[in-house]
Amino acid sequence: MGFIDSHILSLMTFLPLLGGALILCLPKGTDNIVKIVAAVASFLPIPLAARLWVAFDRTVGGVNVANQFQFVEHYSWIPSINVEYFMGADGISLPMLLLTALVSFLAVIGSWGIKKQIKGYMALLLLLETGMMGVFASLDFFLFYVFWEVMLLPMYFLIGIWGGPRKEYAAIKFFLYTLFGSVLMLIVMLALYFNSVNPETGGHTFNMLHFMQQSAHNAWLKDFDVRILLFLGLFIGFAIKVPLFPFHTWLPDAHVEAPTAISVILAGILLKMGTYGLMRISFPIFPDVTVWFAVPMAILGVINIVYGALCAMAQSDLKKMVAYSSVSHMGFCLLGMAALTPAGMVGASFQMFSHGMITSMLFFLVGVVYDRAHHRDIDGFGGLGAVVPVYTFFVTVAFFASLGLPGFSGFVAEAMVFLGSFPVFRTIVIFAASGIIIVAAFHLWALQRVFLGPLNPKYAQLEEINAREIFCLAPLALLTLYFGVNPMPILNLMSTSLIKLVDVVKMVI
Amino acid sequence: MPLGNLASLSHFLPELAVTATILLLVVAHVVGGNRQSAVPAILSLAGVGAALLLTALQASVPAKSLFEGMVALDGFAVFFKALTALATIVVVFLSMESEELAGRSQAEYYIFLLSVLLGMFLLSASTDIVMLYLSLELVSIPSYLLAGYLKGGGRSTEAATKYVVFGATASGVMIYGFSLLYGMTGSTHLGEIGRALAQGEATTPMFLAAVMVAVGFGYKIAAVPFHMWSPDVYEGAPTPITAFLSVGPKAAGFAVLVRFFYTVFATPDAASGAWVLSPGVDWTALFAVLSAVTMSVGNLIAVKQDNVKRLLAYSSIAHAGYMLMGFVLLSPAGIKAILFYLVVYLFMNLGAFYVVILVANRTRSEEIADYSGLGSRAPFAAVSLAIFLFALTGIPPFSGFIGKVYLFAEVINKGVYWLAVVAALNSVVSLYYYARIIKVMFLEDPKDKSEIAVPAFPRAVLCLLAIPTLVLGVYWEPVIRMAENSVKMIAF
Repeated sequence: MGFIDSHILSLMTFLPLLGGALILCLPKGTDNIVKIVAAVASFLPIPLAARLWVAFDRTVGGVNVANQFQFVEHYSWIPSINVEYFMGADGISLPMLLLTALVSFLAVIGSWGIKKQIKGYMALLLLLETGMMGVFASLDFFLFYVFWEVMLLPMYFLIGIWGGPRKEYAAIKFFLYTLFGSVLMLIVMLALYFNSVNPETGGHTFNMLHFMQQSAHNAWLKDFDVRILLFLGLFIGFAIKVPLFPFHTWLPDAHVEAPTAISVILAGILLKMGTYGLMRISFPIFPDVTVWFAVPMAILGVINIVYGALCAMAQSDLKKMVAYSSVSHMGFCLLGMAALTPAGMVGASFQMFSHGMITSMLFFLVGVVYDRAHHRDIDGFGGLGAVVPVYTFFVTVAFFASLGLPGFSGFVAEAMVFLGSFPVFRTIVIFAASGIIIVAAFHLWALQRVFLGPLNPKYAQLEEINAREIFCLAPLALLTLYFGVNPMPILNLMSTSLIKLVDVVKMVI
Repeated sequence: MPLGNLASLSHFLPELAVTATILLLVVAHVVGGNRQSAVPAILSLAGVGAALLLTALQASVPAKSLFEGMVALDGFAVFFKALTALATIVVVFLSMESEELAGRSQAEYYIFLLSVLLGMFLLSASTDIVMLYLSLELVSIPSYLLAGYLKGGGRSTEAATKYVVFGATASGVMIYGFSLLYGMTGSTHLGEIGRALAQGEATTPMFLAAVMVAVGFGYKIAAVPFHMWSPDVYEGAPTPITAFLSVGPKAAGFAVLVRFFYTVFATPDAASGAWVLSPGVDWTALFAVLSAVTMSVGNLIAVKQDNVKRLLAYSSIAHAGYMLMGFVLLSPAGIKAILFYLVVYLFMNLGAFYVVILVANRTRSEEIADYSGLGSRAPFAAVSLAIFLFALTGIPPFSGFIGKVYLFAEVINKGVYWLAVVAALNSVVSLYYYARIIKVMFLEDPKDKSEIAVPAFPRAVLCLLAIPTLVLGVYWEPVIRMAENSVKMIAF
């Protein structure tokens, strides 16, 4: 256990990559072995994640204090410019690591039916998992950036090769948007590097925790106008990933064209990297600008909530509707974070976790019906409830979870966001609350059009959801329900760190 | 003190090795006639390999001035000699595989190639205007011949003609600038000119001289607006030569550009290790604008290209623009970034051209459209090309990213933020056209489903180019140390 415990984050990050490399070495015509290797390689992080869950000390905060991070691995990588291999977890990253382990494994299982070039598909999927884990585990900005960008390549190919009719357009749009955000982030990273020092050695550093020590910044970096520009550079990079209005237009295209499992990963994990980046990097490094920018962030959050919901309501494509509902839900994260209150911050983080599970379910479910009917037109179905009752049951659960019905985790998260943000921005939050109604409306309306009413005779013989699909959905549904009734285990996991984050940000005023 | 002629010879072994190989090739040509054989190629490999080894041995020799001050032996020269020799070795491999060149006189081809190499050796080491001009022409004239090597092919002849005309014009303008410098200072030695200018006052002739010399060197590295020749030459020339021109002479062009401007129009500041501008000519501002324009024009025009060679030609213009960023900063870290970038650029660019050759051997086409489905027709070559293209874009974990990080870093360190932002946006633009090739290869179904076999030897060479491209993206400490130690330039 010694080696595993001391390298647990590296193992979670690189075991999938190892599996991917192994898959590439397998000879042709071994599709089943490829799938099994992929399943094993993506399953292995789950016991490790369980180990994290058990061993994690919930009483220490982390955020900007190096010795409060857990499962730390710290090595020199490129000594001449002080790039370090520095990984560690705190309450901000831990829920995301758990989510990544779970959703990635389910995505591999959900990809069982892929026929085309399964070898390349699984290898890329596992590479993607490595990138995602790495982003959530890194504490060195350079390392973070490398993992952040490493995800782009597999995502581009996964959408571009295995996607729908307009896959090429969607893939390059995703790639260009994200790269645009990334290069801004790169410039900010280098500006931070040259204008701050490692307090211990006096040299420049890429260590995020050193960037967070305001005393390590030089005079140029203490200038508020400069800080605003740098903050905005990072913000745009992360906002594109979230995606925040007006940078969201890549998302519907990417989602509609991506294969089911890739949509699941995209919505379930990738979007969270944007909000995670804000919490992990932007807020603690630029606490003063964060406070200054809180109201615009809250407004952007509300625009996301309302605009995303209205767009979702207008869609006739089921997958597009779910994609826009993600835009709407991610708005809650931003609203909660912008409030800079413990409840808001915890709500935002919990929303990231909860939405990761709920939206994964939704995309799996859309995939199920698309596999059978080969279209996703909401108005093209009708009365499916009578034909496929089990499927209908799962969709109903997922839709109710998504619209924030009490008893599901989404409700707890959104309630906490409102609780945390209402005292701070009253008017804005009232607008946000109207978003809830629209969210409920389009979910129920879609449910009604697809499953209720007279049966569309074309789908009288529609095949029921199968065991493998239930295997993907059941854990998510159960967890959503469990954390909706008893959210404390997750809240305990994250709250110490998030309360500390609020303190770190607020300390400066 | 500079060494005398005879004493210098023992420090001139790499150049002598190349010269001896050229003479041997002449003999081989006389003996073998125009027969097809691998002898000239193998002879060239052996000769350049020997020169590379001899250069490596010079790395630890203290800096010296040779031949009464004509040529320098310093870390900077040694670095560029090693780099250009390595590029030449790879180009010999490319040439052996190219079917364009099959059926043409082999020995002559390698004689020209090695003459260019000799010219590049001298160019990166010249410390005297006369020597500098001679070696520049030694690089140029065989290059013209090589560009037109596909005799009878219209495009190749056009390429060579264009190359000659542009080259002669640029050389003429440059030598006019040289004469102004000589007139003002009465010396042909770079170091002496530099010292005289640093003490003098700003004059119009000095400004003119700087601009005129910039034209000559700008032509060599294909910086906008002196880039017009390169797309046509690159498209028309045999592909191995295109690859060679885009890496070797371009690197040597950077070497002479840096050495000339950092010796003549700037003086080293012993205290900080950086350089200070001589009065009168703020060529750094001029080149900063040139850098931004070069990368933007290169990238934007590349977007519209349908021919892979032309696309890579414009992309190499853009890369010259990136590297120029390091040139305008007057700091050792800026030079270090250029040197490091040239190393990674060598592998990724030659690698991309190598795949182009392998594909063209089979399909007889360099159109992007004919790359459709290459991912299933020749997976190994296609994946390699994808690696090289992503590296050229500058995406981690490939080496091109690290090269860009060092360039960007020094630009940001010096506070030239506008240039960093322009370069960053250019990276996004470049993704669009590099990804277009990747899209065609992997996302589109092949028109012709037949497999393109890649034999073992080209596979091995591709690996030799792809592995450094990957490894330098993850661990680059030794190479950056080497670049750091090669910034030292002498000027007696």
